[in-house]
Amino acid sequence: MADSTTSRVSFTLDSSLDSVNKIELTAEQVAQRAGFDEDTIPHIAMAVREAAVNAVLHGNSYDTSKHITASFETTTDSLIIRIADQGPGLDPDKVPDPLAPENILRGSGRGIFLIKAFMDEVNFRQLHPGTELTLIKHRTPAQPGT
Amino acid sequence: MSMKVHTRQVDGITILDLSGRITLGEGSVTIRDAVRDVLAKGSNKILLNLGDISYIDSSGIGELVSAFTTVKNSGGELKLLNLTKKVHDLLQITKLYTVFDVKDDEATAISSFTK
Repeated sequence: MADSTTSRVSFTLDSSLDSVNKIELTAEQVAQRAGFDEDTIPHIAMAVREAAVNAVLHGNSYDTSKHITASFETTTDSLIIRIADQGPGLDPDKVPDPLAPENILRGSGRGIFLIKAFMDEVNFRQLHPGTELTLIKHRTPAQPGT
Repeated sequence: MSMKVHTRQVDGITILDLSGRITLGEGSVTIRDAVRDVLAKGSNKILLNLGDISYIDSSGIGELVSAFTTVKNSGGELKLLNLTKKVHDLLQITKLYTVFDVKDDEATAISSFTK
């Protein structure tokens, strides 16, 4: 089946925690409109929050001259969320495994793990400068929302 | 909603009743400060009551882990009480559920601390 876009919204925001909260809230609303169930919506919102935190904190380092962009696209098949920063870039292969015994008691480093745990597909793209994360959650045929 | 902490003492154990969200920039710093305050006052047996925590993100989870290791390194014990389903599931996914000593009854939790 063709993956035709049924709705799309995007933002360019400051590198701040207010932006993180706005992106998280939007994710929750978009997931709700797309017809995801009440267990899945918080998972999508959390994955998106973690991606936004990474962009603001690790990507842009709260730099007020840099921005993050977020887009939310609902297609007939999926909810597709893209979060991009203007930071130095992120190599996902160099992110330590938070489940490894030597890392289990670390005070940070679980964000990308949770994003992958809650989404169906997660892709990283280097923007030079910056990183774009694409988070995809597949819709089931029974979901009525658009 | 930001996080709130209410501190009380029961049988020599410091109970921190937490409510709200434990996230980056909100509750995570509050927990860190609350645990430091307890340790500074000479108590190192701490029970974190998470029954009214509505939301926790990876920063919040990291802060719980840091609190656990800080207290343990001071020779004390930090345990968790009343996990909501969301927090329980997150600790399971991150393999931390077995790292923490998790209780669902306050009296049992109090009596489980080393005397």
